[in-house]
Amino acid sequence: MKKATSQPAARKAAKADKPKAAYSLRLYVAGATARSQQAILRARELCEAELGGDYELEVIDIYQQPLLAREGQILATPTLVKAYPLPVRRLIGNLANTVGFFAGLDLTAKPQPAP
Amino acid sequence: MHTPETTKRWHFATLMTKKTTQKTTALASSLPRSPTGIQGLDEITSGGLPRGRPTLVCGGAGCGKTLLAAEFLVRGATQFDEPGVLMAFEETERELKDNVASLGFDLDGLVKRKKIMVDYVHIERGELHETGDYDLEGIFVRLEHAIDSIGAKRVVLDTLEVLFASLPNEAVLRSELRRLFRWLKDKGVTSVITAERGRESLTRHGLEEYVSDCVILLDHRVNDQIATRHLRVVKYRGAQHGTNEFPFLISEEGISVLPITSLALNHKVSRERIATGIPRLDAMLGGKGFFRGSSILLTGTPGTGKTIISSNFAQAAAQRGERVLFFSFEESPDQIMRNMHSIGLQLEPLVKEGLLRFHSARPSLYGLEMHLATMFKEIATFKPHVVIVDPITSLLDTGTDSEGKGMVTRLIDYLKAGQITSLFTSLTQGGHSLQQSEAAMSSLMDAWLLLQDFEGNGERNRLFYVLKARGMAHSNQIREFLISNHGIDIVDAYIGVSGVLTGSARVAQESLEKAVVLANQQEAARLKREVERKREAIERQISGLRAEYEADAIELRRIAEQVGNSTLMLTTDRAASGLLRQADTKVVGAAQSSAKAKKPSLNGGAR
Repeated sequence: MKKATSQPAARKAAKADKPKAAYSLRLYVAGATARSQQAILRARELCEAELGGDYELEVIDIYQQPLLAREGQILATPTLVKAYPLPVRRLIGNLANTVGFFAGLDLTAKPQPAP
Repeated sequence: MHTPETTKRWHFATLMTKKTTQKTTALASSLPRSPTGIQGLDEITSGGLPRGRPTLVCGGAGCGKTLLAAEFLVRGATQFDEPGVLMAFEETERELKDNVASLGFDLDGLVKRKKIMVDYVHIERGELHETGDYDLEGIFVRLEHAIDSIGAKRVVLDTLEVLFASLPNEAVLRSELRRLFRWLKDKGVTSVITAERGRESLTRHGLEEYVSDCVILLDHRVNDQIATRHLRVVKYRGAQHGTNEFPFLISEEGISVLPITSLALNHKVSRERIATGIPRLDAMLGGKGFFRGSSILLTGTPGTGKTIISSNFAQAAAQRGERVLFFSFEESPDQIMRNMHSIGLQLEPLVKEGLLRFHSARPSLYGLEMHLATMFKEIATFKPHVVIVDPITSLLDTGTDSEGKGMVTRLIDYLKAGQITSLFTSLTQGGHSLQQSEAAMSSLMDAWLLLQDFEGNGERNRLFYVLKARGMAHSNQIREFLISNHGIDIVDAYIGVSGVLTGSARVAQESLEKAVVLANQQEAARLKREVERKREAIERQISGLRAEYEADAIELRRIAEQVGNSTLMLTTDRAASGLLRQADTKVVGAAQSSAKAKKPSLNGGAR
C-alpha cells in the first residue's frame, strides 16, 4: 500500500496501531528544494522497487511542522527514518547512494541487481 | 564598527568608573554586552558576553562548561528577562534538570513558565546511514522553532562536538557549522557554545575557527592534591577584558568567579574603637583598643597564645552584644571551648546565645577558593561584627603564595567593605625571621601584634609587642605575656642592664632588687638608730653638764648669800658695837647724821 501524506494524524494513527505494512517509513525534508524533491522521488522509487510496495511512507516538511523535527530527533535533511521494523534506522541524504539505502533498511540479505 | 580608539576610550571609561554591572551595561552602548549574572564573570568581561554574538566556552572534562552555560541561561531568564534555549547534545532534559537543580536552579519551573526551552538532540551513531547529499537544516529548524516559540535572546549549544563523532561527513559538518554560527549572529541571539578542549588547540575539532568573538577557557588543575578551577578569557574581540586566569568555584549558588582585583580601595572606615578584652593590651593601643573594621594580624611561633588572644577578643566582642564568627582551621569548636575554659574564658554561653559561631574545617578539605567561598557565605548569612581566622597560615598552605595573597586580599576587602573587624592569626615557624615570613600579608593589615618565645635559664617565656597599629599611638614596649587560670596577664618585662628578663629570671631579678632594697633599708635603719643613740648620748651629756652647772650655780648662790649675810652681820655687829661704844657711824651713821645734822647743824651747831 502506497501512502504519501504529510498529515500528522495519519502518522500518529500509524504509530499507535500496529503498522499495517511491512515497513513504516518517514521522510523528513526541509522545504520544496531540489534536494527534497530528489529525496522524495528516490524514496518512492526505491521503496516500490525494493520493498515490493508493502510500506507506508510519510513525507514531513519540517518547515511546516518544526515540532515534528524535534520529536523525530531530526538533525540532517533529508532524513528517511525507518520506524518499523525495529531497529530504528536513519538514512541521511538524498538517497542517491543505494548502498546506504540497503544498509539502512537491512536489505543486504536480499541481493538484487541495483536499478 | 568598533575602531581601536573607541574601544580604548570605552575601556578607560570602564576603568574610571566602578565596575558595577549596571554602570557597565549603560556604558557599553558602543559594544553591547549580555550580562551573564555569574558572580565575577561580568567584572572580568566588563559587563558580560558580547550581545548577539556566539561565545565559545572550552575546557576539559568536568570543568563546568555545561554549568556555566546553564547558569548563563538561567540567570538570563530570571534576572535579565532574556529567555533562553538550551540545545543539549550530551545530556537529556531530565539529566540537565537534575544536574542544575543541585545548584539551586529550578530549570523545570523555568521551562514550564516558557522562560527556557530545552531541546535534547539525540544522535545514535549506529542508526545513521549516509545515502547522499544532506545538510543540517534539522538543527536550524529546531533551533529557530525553539527561539521563536519563547522569544529567546540566549542560546546554548552543549556540546556541538558530539556531531563530529556522529556524522560521517566532516566537510558537510564544518560548512554547516559555519552556516550555523553565521545564522545565530543574524538571528541576534547571544549564544554560548561549549566544546571539549583539544590537545594542542583550544578545542578538539577546531571550533574556535568559527566562533571568533569571545573564547573562554575553563581549566581544572590539581596542585598538591587540591583541585582548583580556573577561568580565562582567551579572546574577546573588540573589547578589553581581564586576561588573567581567575579561580572559580561551583557552589550551591552556582558558579562564582573570583577576580583578584575586584574592589577599589574606597571602603568607608570607622573611627570607633573596640576593646580587645585584655585591658593592658588596650592600654598599649592608645588606651582604646583597635579601630572597628580594621584588620589585625597576630603572628607567633607555636604555643605562644594566639588562639587565647583571639578567644579573648571574641569573648569581649560577644559580651558587648556583637556577633563573632570564628573560623578555626586547626581545632574543633568543642576543643577550643574546653581549652579556653581552662583559662577562665566561658565561650559556651555565648555560642548558645547565638553571638558566637564557630566554623571549623580542615584546610585540606577543599581548595583555597572553596574555602573563601564558604567563608563569604558564612559571613553573608551570619553578618558578624568580628571575624576571627585561626590560623590563616594553615589555610594559605593549601595554595601557592600568590593565590594565598590574593585570597587574603579579597577576604579583607570583603570584610572591610562591611566594616567587619577581622583578626587573623598566623603561625610562624621557629627560627624564621618573623617579619620576613609575614611580609606579604602584613602590608594588608592595619595592626600587627607579635607574640614571641624567649628561651633562657631553662625555660620558655612569652613576649608580646605591638609591631604596628595604623592610625593610633601605640606602645613601643615589649611586654611579658602570662597565661594563668584566670586568663591573660600582660606584665612589664624587666628591662635592665643585663637585657630583657622574663619569667623566673625576671622574678629572680625582681627579688634580687628587693633584697638589695631591703638591705639598704636595714642599713638605713641601723644608721638611724646609731644617730639616735648618739643624739641621746649627747643629750645625756648635755643634761649632765647642765646639772653640774646648775649645782655649781646653786653653790655659787649659796656662797654669795653666805657672803652677804656675813657682811651684813659684820656691819650690824659693828654698828651695834659702835652703838655700844657710841662711836660715830661712818657710812650709814654719817649720812644719817649729816642729813639730820644739816638742820641741827644750823641749830644744833648752835646748840
